[in-house]
Amino acid sequence: MGSIDAWVREFARLAIADAPRLTELDSAIGDADHGANLSRGLTAVVATLDSSTFDDAAALLKKVGMVLVSTVGGASGPLYGTFFLRAAGAIGDGFPAAFRAGVDGVASRGKSTTGEKTMLDALVPAAEALEAGKDWPAVVEAAEAGRDATIPLVARKGRASYLGERSVGHLDPGAASATLLVAAAAATLGADA
Amino acid sequence: MKKLINAPADVVVEALAGLAAAHPRLAIDLEHRVVHRGDGPVPGKVGLVSGGGSGHEPLHGGFVGPGMLDAACAGEVFTSPVPDQILAATKYADGGAGVLHIVKNYTGDVMNFEMAAELAEGVEIATVVTNDDVAVEDSLYTAGRRGVGVTVLLEKIAGAAAEEGRSLAEVAAVAQRVNDRGRSMGLALTSCTVPAAGKPTFDLPEDQMELGVGIHGEPGRRRVPLASAREAAAMLVEPVLAELNPDQGVLAFVNGLGATPLIEQYLLYGEVAALLDKQGVPVVRSLVGPYITSLDMAGASVTLLALDEELLRLWDAPVNTPGLRWGA
Repeated sequence: MGSIDAWVREFARLAIADAPRLTELDSAIGDADHGANLSRGLTAVVATLDSSTFDDAAALLKKVGMVLVSTVGGASGPLYGTFFLRAAGAIGDGFPAAFRAGVDGVASRGKSTTGEKTMLDALVPAAEALEAGKDWPAVVEAAEAGRDATIPLVARKGRASYLGERSVGHLDPGAASATLLVAAAAATLGADA
Repeated sequence: MKKLINAPADVVVEALAGLAAAHPRLAIDLEHRVVHRGDGPVPGKVGLVSGGGSGHEPLHGGFVGPGMLDAACAGEVFTSPVPDQILAATKYADGGAGVLHIVKNYTGDVMNFEMAAELAEGVEIATVVTNDDVAVEDSLYTAGRRGVGVTVLLEKIAGAAAEEGRSLAEVAAVAQRVNDRGRSMGLALTSCTVPAAGKPTFDLPEDQMELGVGIHGEPGRRRVPLASAREAAAMLVEPVLAELNPDQGVLAFVNGLGATPLIEQYLLYGEVAALLDKQGVPVVRSLVGPYITSLDMAGASVTLLALDEELLRLWDAPVNTPGLRWGA
């Protein structure tokens, strides 16, 4: 459970540090609040982790999901919240299964799939790499490649979709923050994945 | 940009506190940012809950009261409320006959209301999503048409159906019919400025307007040279009318987006009414004013609702809210 705690804290550290860049990416094709919203939510998550004790990793992940849903707002609150809530339900089967459950939750909450210029473009390749038993550098590489592949895509979901062709040429901010979630896992979970 | 506020971070809560002070019959839960009927919940009546980002006032809090909404929750400016808030509003509205969630079709709003509905135990919930903005043409490849002006008309008409003591399924069906029979389109002359951002959301040259703009400054169909009100009315009415079958007449609603004064809204309404007359579409009812705004954006939208006998009767029923009031 300590490693799951470390993963979430590392994700918070990376996303809060990267908030200005996430917001800048969002200002190009969204409403310029992704970094600020995620920072607010993850700051609340860290405060909750500091002040709480949990029976197991599932309870911790569930709490993280609930806090994110309550504090992030917009679309990324329900999406990241659902990721952690669903991951909580599958963590007993190991990290790759939990990660996959979280990714599937994001897909069903957002009624989306890969290729629509969203978080899923980074998350799905990472889930597949994890399930294939690849090592952590390869998992992070898969997420990064998926993230970068959003640049030429036309947005099909969320506010960016109203831009149509005008969304081409911009990196998706959700795919950028989702890549941080994967990078945080690589940095903290290491051998026990 | 000058704004009459104290601090950008306090705008939403302080505006709600002011609404409560001005309208003592409303009750406010400042922690959850929920406005609800002071005399609610009404036992045995279907509760109506709506909510969304702030900045569209009087929508939604200004439409709480007898004949319309039972509770409304306010998110940050242009940001969806979170499920905790929606749940709190749902509890205030629950008189034991179920609660209708009225949600504008924006990705964040839809997901947050969906999560709240999943979390609401012991309350029967139905949801109607408004998506009347014809400016979004390729709705299959986007987040879909946005919810705009029809939301106001729907909250009024569904509110009247609920006051009649009808079931949740019946109220939801009436609400869905309003959405299906109503379409809107707007245009902007200037951008709005979000208090926390402090600068305009988008740039729009002096000699251009954004045709099909969204109520958060989303891009429209295209930028066109600034036109006269007569030409603008045609640009808005034609695409709206093209999607309707107004065989029993329409409710014509000209809505100010925030900074456009009433004198221009009425002038535009005159052009809209003349166009409809020329096309042989009877205007049975009208509404003119700033009812679903976009902060300080200059511009207007046109909503047409193809009425039928029942929708007309429910529109005419008494309503008593800060934003709409007649017969009560």
